Amino acid sequence: MTSTWLIRGARMPGGGPTDILIRDGVTVEVGTVLDSRGATVIDADGLIVLPGLVDLHTHLREPGREDAETVETGSRAAALGGYTAVCAMANTDPVADTAGVVEQVWRLGRDAGLVDVQPIGAVTVGLRGEQLAELGAMATSAARVRIFSDDGHCVADPRLMRRALEYVKAFDGVIAQHAEEPRLTVGAQMHEGEVSARLGLTGWPAVAEEAIIARDVLLAGHVDSRLHICHVSTAGSVEILRWAKSKGWRVTAEVTPHHLLLTEEYVTGYDPVFKVNPPLRTAADVAALRQALAEGVIDVVATDHAPHAVEDKECEWAYARPGMLGLQTALSVVVKTMVEPGLLDWDGVADRMSRIPARIAGLTDHGHDPAPGVPANLTLVDPTARVRVDPSQLASLSRNTPYAGMDLPCQVVATFLRGEPTVLDGKAVR
Amino acid sequence: MIKHLLSADDLDRDTAIGILDIAERMAATAGREIKKLPTLRGRTVVNLFYEDSTRTRISFEAAAKRLSADVITFSAKGSSVSKGESLKDTALTLQAMGADAVAIRHPAAGAPHRLAGWISGSVLNAGDGTHEHPTQALLDAYTMRSRLGHVEGLRVAIVGDVLHSRVARSNLSLLTTLGAEVILVGPPTLLPVGFEKALPPGASISYDLDAVLPKCDVVMMLRVQRERMIDSYFPSEREYSRRYGLDRRRMALLPEHAIVMHPGPMNRGIEISSQVADSARSTVVEQVANGVSVRMAVLYLLLGGNA
Repeated sequence: MTSTWLIRGARMPGGGPTDILIRDGVTVEVGTVLDSRGATVIDADGLIVLPGLVDLHTHLREPGREDAETVETGSRAAALGGYTAVCAMANTDPVADTAGVVEQVWRLGRDAGLVDVQPIGAVTVGLRGEQLAELGAMATSAARVRIFSDDGHCVADPRLMRRALEYVKAFDGVIAQHAEEPRLTVGAQMHEGEVSARLGLTGWPAVAEEAIIARDVLLAGHVDSRLHICHVSTAGSVEILRWAKSKGWRVTAEVTPHHLLLTEEYVTGYDPVFKVNPPLRTAADVAALRQALAEGVIDVVATDHAPHAVEDKECEWAYARPGMLGLQTALSVVVKTMVEPGLLDWDGVADRMSRIPARIAGLTDHGHDPAPGVPANLTLVDPTARVRVDPSQLASLSRNTPYAGMDLPCQVVATFLRGEPTVLDGKAVR
Repeated sequence: MIKHLLSADDLDRDTAIGILDIAERMAATAGREIKKLPTLRGRTVVNLFYEDSTRTRISFEAAAKRLSADVITFSAKGSSVSKGESLKDTALTLQAMGADAVAIRHPAAGAPHRLAGWISGSVLNAGDGTHEHPTQALLDAYTMRSRLGHVEGLRVAIVGDVLHSRVARSNLSLLTTLGAEVILVGPPTLLPVGFEKALPPGASISYDLDAVLPKCDVVMMLRVQRERMIDSYFPSEREYSRRYGLDRRRMALLPEHAIVMHPGPMNRGIEISSQVADSARSTVVEQVANGVSVRMAVLYLLLGGNA
């Protein structure tokens, strides 16, 4: 099945209005397209066209917790959020620590066909942090895994971390570290500081993140490997990353939308919808993270989309699972926290949410502006729209969004995956 | 008029003093031959206890019964909770039974806040994890007032494991609201990081008990748990006792009129020596008695007051 689409008058980031003709999955013409024969025309006047967004950090929960999310429902949420590719974290059940499991996830993604689902492989067997998983087998599998992560757990053993960093060099892999020194976060429930002192919740000190990042950038520098830091959450981490980058080490980092917007003050009512790992931090941390993302010290925004079943959130704070939905609100939160305050323009958004994450993940079909011959993975955004977040309207199977009732800017109007729409008029095509 | 008592922060000065005044009147009835008041007749009070606490549970039960409420006690052992029913489902059950007030004791901080979102009745925090225990603070304030005549202007040292103490958090809030000066004393490992910045006006921190005692009107000793030692909060019970325990020598540093409090249960020989615990300065037994009066006052305020 082939189809032809003509997007009329969309504004490229940093450019003027342009027409984009898409046929057989690729962009064939960009500029003023006169001949629209056989094409379905989309009036994109006032819309911005971005390269399809790429998420380096998504929990799709399948296999194992299909009651919270499936590859299909998560893919739909992603498409509605403007994504054309997501990297699926390895902490499923069974863990994605073998070629078999990563291929299963990859096939489920292909069957759903709403975004490219790129599996992430576990670093260690069962995420237990004891023994390397068969990283090479996952790399050479049909899923072509390049990012490896024990996310949810830190690869805490420094020797094992060093080995992992070295080993993946053979296939240009990258270790994505969940930076959390486990001995400093035993029983931790929220950011350690004034608010945790008042609420009587066990603190998760910033130093538990910073100590691991400091260690790992040194290791990555020592063995000249690629290191990626997941969900950076503190001002201190930003300083360490700035220093590591000044050394020329191959270190990249992500920040989540929620760490750009929300602070620990949200914990005050003990509603576990605000429980997340790493935890919400202080306003000073939020400011530092925004600045770091603007400067490129933090390279990308990644959602850490973490669906949870109702019963895992409608309970006492201490017993709730950490994590928040993110795919469908990420772009809006980035616009609110970065574009509206003037920290980032739309071209910067395209960098932080598409071009750079595609490069880190080695997804060569993604992260490209429309140009002749390039796979048409694109997102059309209405920058003037405002949307009130209604959890029941989200495509995810779960409802744990921290933004319920919030008015957020901009809306994804259409998403194209290899020339075929996955979202039109703000609705999923299937 | 407040609906719930989740935290001592819910109480402003006038409300807190109002509760203490009502408690005084309630205490007067305890001397009568017939102790029961008809105030809450026909109302249902549920005691929902997810932690063992004979002392607090009995105190709440006695308070509700003396006000003629129907009392249902639900404890984690031997009920559906131990079979893994969620707090929310339990809340819906209580709601269906028409509970007018629920006093909840729970190991997780914030559990009463969650409960308050799920039921239409009043929620009374009877101790939630390491967060708060507001009726304990009220009974402590009541005890200070009855022994020393007033709370405003008193200098109170709260000594020991402040980090894990719900009693300390509630007292810090209530006593400063009532105009007392509070000094939190303990080893730095057992004082929350960042607490200096979170302290209300009139509160301070010290690591040196001997330096604090001579200027105190009240010293409140907190229970310290053995497991804290295993977790390296302090090296040994002996060292803890030497640096932060209240023994006869230290008690002698206190001004003549000063009183010694403990929320119980006490670790005799660790945070408090037996000579001190059993001395005339000790208010430990009074605190228990005052607990019933104060809880009667709180139930009256939440349920009976203006209804």
